[in-house]
Amino acid sequence: MTSFSTLSLYSLTVKPPSATQDAISGDFIGSGKQQILTANGSRLTLLEVSRRQSGFQELYSQDVFGIIRRIGKFRLAGGTKDHIVVTTDSGRLVTYEYMPDERQFKTVHFETFGKSGVRRVVPGEYLAVDPKGRAIMIASTEKNKLVYILTRSGQTDITISSPLEAHKPQTLIFDLIGLDVGYDNPMFAALELDFSSAESDSTGEAVEELQKELVYYELDLGLNHIVRKWSEPVDRTAHKLLRVPGGPNAPSGVLVCGDDNITYHHINNTKSQLRRLAIPRREGSTEDPNRKRHIVTGTLYSLKGGDFFYLLQTEDGDVFKLTVDAPKGVVLKTKIKYFDTLPLATSICILRAGYVYAACETGDRVLYELESLGDESDDPVFDSSQFPTNPLDRDFAPPFFRPRELTNLKQIEAVASLNPVMGMEVANPALEDAPQIYTINGAGGRSTFRSTRNALEVLDLIESPLPQNASGVWTTRLTAEDETDTLIVLCLHSRTLVLKIGDDVEEASNTGFMLDTNTLGVQQFGEDCVIQIHPKGIRHIQSIQFAEGEAVATHQEITDWTPPAHRTIVACATNNRQVAIALSSGQILYFECDSDGSLAMAEEEVALDSSINCLAMPDVPEGSVRAFFMAVGCNDHTVRIYNLSPDMEGNILRSISVQGLSSPPSDLTINSMTDKSPRGYSQYLHIGLMSGVYIRSVLEEMTGEIGDTRRRFLGPEPVTFTRIAAGGEPAVIAMTSRPWLAYTHPRTSVLQLTPLNYIPFKSAWNFDGSAFKGVICVSSSELRIFTFNNLLDNTTCESISLRYTPRKFVGYHDQGTFFVIQSEKDTMGASSRQHLIDQADGAMDLEHTNGDTSNGQPEGNELPPTEFGYPKATGQWASCIQVVDPITEKAVVYTVELKDNKSAVSVALAYFESRGENEYYLAVGTAKDLQFTPYKFTSASIQIYKISPNGRELEFMHETDMDDPPLALLPFKGKLLIGTGTDLALYDCGMKSMLRKALAPKCVPNRIVGLKTQGSRIIVSDQTESVTYAVHKDQVHPNRIIPFADDTVPRHTTCTEMVDYETTVGGDKFGNIWMVRCPTKVSEASDESPEGLNLIQDKGFLGGTPNRVDLVAHFFANDIPTAIQRTVLLSGGERVVFWAGLQGTLGALIPFTSRRQHKMFQQLELHLRNEDKPLSGRDHLSYRSYFTPVKGVIDGDLVERFLVLGRDKRESIAGQIQGAWSSEMIDEAIWNMRALYAF
Amino acid sequence: MADKLRAQQQLEALQSRYIGIGSSDTSKHEWTSNIARDSLSSYLGHPPLLQYMSIGLGQSREMTRVQMLERMIQPSGKPPKND
Repeated sequence: MTSFSTLSLYSLTVKPPSATQDAISGDFIGSGKQQILTANGSRLTLLEVSRRQSGFQELYSQDVFGIIRRIGKFRLAGGTKDHIVVTTDSGRLVTYEYMPDERQFKTVHFETFGKSGVRRVVPGEYLAVDPKGRAIMIASTEKNKLVYILTRSGQTDITISSPLEAHKPQTLIFDLIGLDVGYDNPMFAALELDFSSAESDSTGEAVEELQKELVYYELDLGLNHIVRKWSEPVDRTAHKLLRVPGGPNAPSGVLVCGDDNITYHHINNTKSQLRRLAIPRREGSTEDPNRKRHIVTGTLYSLKGGDFFYLLQTEDGDVFKLTVDAPKGVVLKTKIKYFDTLPLATSICILRAGYVYAACETGDRVLYELESLGDESDDPVFDSSQFPTNPLDRDFAPPFFRPRELTNLKQIEAVASLNPVMGMEVANPALEDAPQIYTINGAGGRSTFRSTRNALEVLDLIESPLPQNASGVWTTRLTAEDETDTLIVLCLHSRTLVLKIGDDVEEASNTGFMLDTNTLGVQQFGEDCVIQIHPKGIRHIQSIQFAEGEAVATHQEITDWTPPAHRTIVACATNNRQVAIALSSGQILYFECDSDGSLAMAEEEVALDSSINCLAMPDVPEGSVRAFFMAVGCNDHTVRIYNLSPDMEGNILRSISVQGLSSPPSDLTINSMTDKSPRGYSQYLHIGLMSGVYIRSVLEEMTGEIGDTRRRFLGPEPVTFTRIAAGGEPAVIAMTSRPWLAYTHPRTSVLQLTPLNYIPFKSAWNFDGSAFKGVICVSSSELRIFTFNNLLDNTTCESISLRYTPRKFVGYHDQGTFFVIQSEKDTMGASSRQHLIDQADGAMDLEHTNGDTSNGQPEGNELPPTEFGYPKATGQWASCIQVVDPITEKAVVYTVELKDNKSAVSVALAYFESRGENEYYLAVGTAKDLQFTPYKFTSASIQIYKISPNGRELEFMHETDMDDPPLALLPFKGKLLIGTGTDLALYDCGMKSMLRKALAPKCVPNRIVGLKTQGSRIIVSDQTESVTYAVHKDQVHPNRIIPFADDTVPRHTTCTEMVDYETTVGGDKFGNIWMVRCPTKVSEASDESPEGLNLIQDKGFLGGTPNRVDLVAHFFANDIPTAIQRTVLLSGGERVVFWAGLQGTLGALIPFTSRRQHKMFQQLELHLRNEDKPLSGRDHLSYRSYFTPVKGVIDGDLVERFLVLGRDKRESIAGQIQGAWSSEMIDEAIWNMRALYAF
Repeated sequence: MADKLRAQQQLEALQSRYIGIGSSDTSKHEWTSNIARDSLSSYLGHPPLLQYMSIGLGQSREMTRVQMLERMIQPSGKPPKND
């Protein structure tokens, strides 16, 4: 007998992580241009920068289902493109070749070397490649190093040797690079620290005398052997190595970066040959002149002709240009000069095309254009002759520079990035169709508050007012040969306006159009005619022509066709050769194009009993004279298909098929869209219903059969359509309460449906201008033209700058505002910053020596923190509370700075029963002089602010001291629950302080970090010990809070949410998402007695509460969930568990509702694990079971790989799945999982 | 007897190959140091965890990484005196 788990979830990534581990530039396509390869989370992405579009374009992206640690590239002599080498947690060295035609990474080598997982002695933490591509070295943090030799065999194949070992026990590795030695034996340099002598020395002296060494390893290609060639003690604080170019006339060697120094080393050098530079420090009134800088990242760039330079970034974000003065390969001097200040990056890539890409640690990733190489700017230059070679020798004048705005670089594009997400809430204070996702992101000065919506970003091109409200818009060409549209036809209220598109848009006269009527349709017809369909007939105008630059047209013959008396035209469908009209009487008349371009009415006609709402006809297929089918939407809830090409008996307008609907259709359209079918495209019938439902079906081109139907609710208004081209592919805009786009996803070729981030409009048409292509639409009395930016990203993001790193936030949805608490460690507070600036200004005023002191900028003025960050000051905190209005003002509306070195640690929006109705308070937990490792503070408190009725201002009420920093606050039964240290207490608000009403001492083992509630139940999360269920008993005096159930597994909880009364879902610091459930009996018993005596009498079990919760689901997400919420994501959608990860991941867990579906997905996942093995070489099951075995969760990201598999593989997998599933049905099931619950 | 010798040899081979395989003589200090080094190595090896800690400490990831590595030298203090 099979047993079923009670719950199963489908995990989907809505937005992949955007935190970059590593980024490198190289030519991975073999096109002679450079691309950027980035590793974000478990995703490898290939980006292209093109000058034409002046920005990024994603070429390819794939999830490797492994933790990517380092990426590298290599190219053997004679190769045409760079290969990719990746170290992950798979215990394997994997190399890829990007195949541009197949659009995939092809695995070239797959070498197992160790255990899986990120471990101390399993190599993978460091990766170094010989610049000539002959060898790869990988190393672990301690002891192990492996070298692989790459050789070419035959024309194309590259073989890899078995690994050579270069282990050294009890040695830590700080950095590893491949040296540039030309075609000599490959050489690697490592920064090592041998701590063996300190292991047994109990006096502690040996630790002080440990030395860090720069070690050269030479790979002897002749002997197939690796030797430790040379080593030299270097600066004890060194942590980063950079390669110096080698070969003929180039110096070779290495730059060693450490605390306040960058030193050039060369093999077998003497002390006097070292070249040392100190790292310049910032000058400014708020800067500490003694603070030393470190290099955190850097890149080497070689110019044509052998010259080279480095761009090195310090932790402040300042980038320096380092040049080496080395005539004939002997380094005489190294020079350093301030270049520009960029946001702190993990990697900086310089492209030969003159771009600089900064993969920022926090916030948007930025692309810059290199305007100059920094030779012209008048920043001071420092060279190595100014500094002693011994790093311990402090006898030199520290170099200073003055940071300034960008001069050598120009920002071109910022790629929106949610990373890091510090908090998230899904809510709908803006009262839109679908809820919005609000997140607090970033760190330091680059912190932001973002609102993310599921919508396609559009680019507004033209906006112009109209004389009155318009209800319809069309564009048309004048002849069939025209490449661009010439006329815009607008239907105003019982009036038609014709505009001509030229250098500018102007009203055209004498076009032959009937102007004093409504227009139903406009079509370029036959060779050179245009027809206008209006309620009273069809006007056929022959050869409209405009003289050059004129708005007055000439035309030939006008023919009017009028319908039978007392009937009007209610709907029409047209293409270049066919016209169908529906009359108010229920008749459909059909016309074709005659040889002379005139309208020829067919003898047959259709007469229906019900009234006709809409007609649709596809474009004439290439090579045919007519389209084969017409769709008719009738008021009796049906759509009927009629044939237009003669059937076997030579008849036309025969009913082919009928489809019943749930509501009368409002609009129809038929087009061919690119998809995954073997032909590459299919004909689709799009049906819009009065009820706001959109239905898309395949309309078989030959037989007219309707199949493969998908439905979705779009909005509460009738749906209308227009056919357009988006990104060069056919697409359909569906208009209801908001516009939607049905299009083909450029990467997966799956049909997508996404709302547009645009105002609602009632009519739109495709626009093909000579200058641009887009969509023209009318919205009340405005004419707008827009185009699509990027069809890959189905979310749009608005951001508002915050002051410091946001920690937590809470929404006040009635007023549409959010309260964000922010704090910045080791940063000077706002008041002391201002004080120092004022002091400097004052000193200036006194001296006032040489008039204008600086170039236009008043000296001492604070640098903008978004680019330059805040001045550091050890032990100090800068902290504030900000009120953000993301809906109306889209800005920060109020700020409270915390004083006395206090930092805000928690926030809650509280309502106190004792303080009267409709009064809301903001409770903020603070800690003074907070320090971590060890955790220390001098005092802690709760501050209460009264919120003004409009939710935009805060008035300080009182502050109550606490024993421990209150890290968790929760409004509860008209009072406030506060978690301080291990204690949980219930407080009411008094006149002068908070008043304690109940206390549960030692409620959790370590520290309360989060609280959630439903009814009387409280879920208390502990920093390391998962969650504890507690119950509040208010029938006794004093009130009791009694913990009654906890967990068996220590989970370092970051966030929790109650899914139902018994079940809690949460995330932990190691990147797991888990769900625990309280047994039903325990849950019932907890609510039995009003005073909780039965619970108090229960004995604790194994040092915890009397009961334990059960694990329901567990999943490794490879990103730390920072917020989790049970919510609806779409209008009319079902509830899902939505989570946001630190690295910018947005994900959803969707509960399965059907056993049959669940069984299919389970089998599909199983087959995909074997048939489509993860690219990283990691076993998928063990990846998702990284810390704890995966339970009750199916990985939707793996399942969606099915959509991009080749046809053979798909069919073979579908054949193995039990339960009569075809690959199309599986496609549909996968599509529904995403479309009906998430996006 | 031969089996016992063989088992002993295998254990020694494993001990030289992997760090942290203890023996009957492993002291508390050795054991705790080993655990702490494993943890620190894991903190800096898992990119999200390193980022999480860096944000908490208000510094760059590279600085946090170097600090973790430095702490691996003697994570649980000086070794005790051998008497």
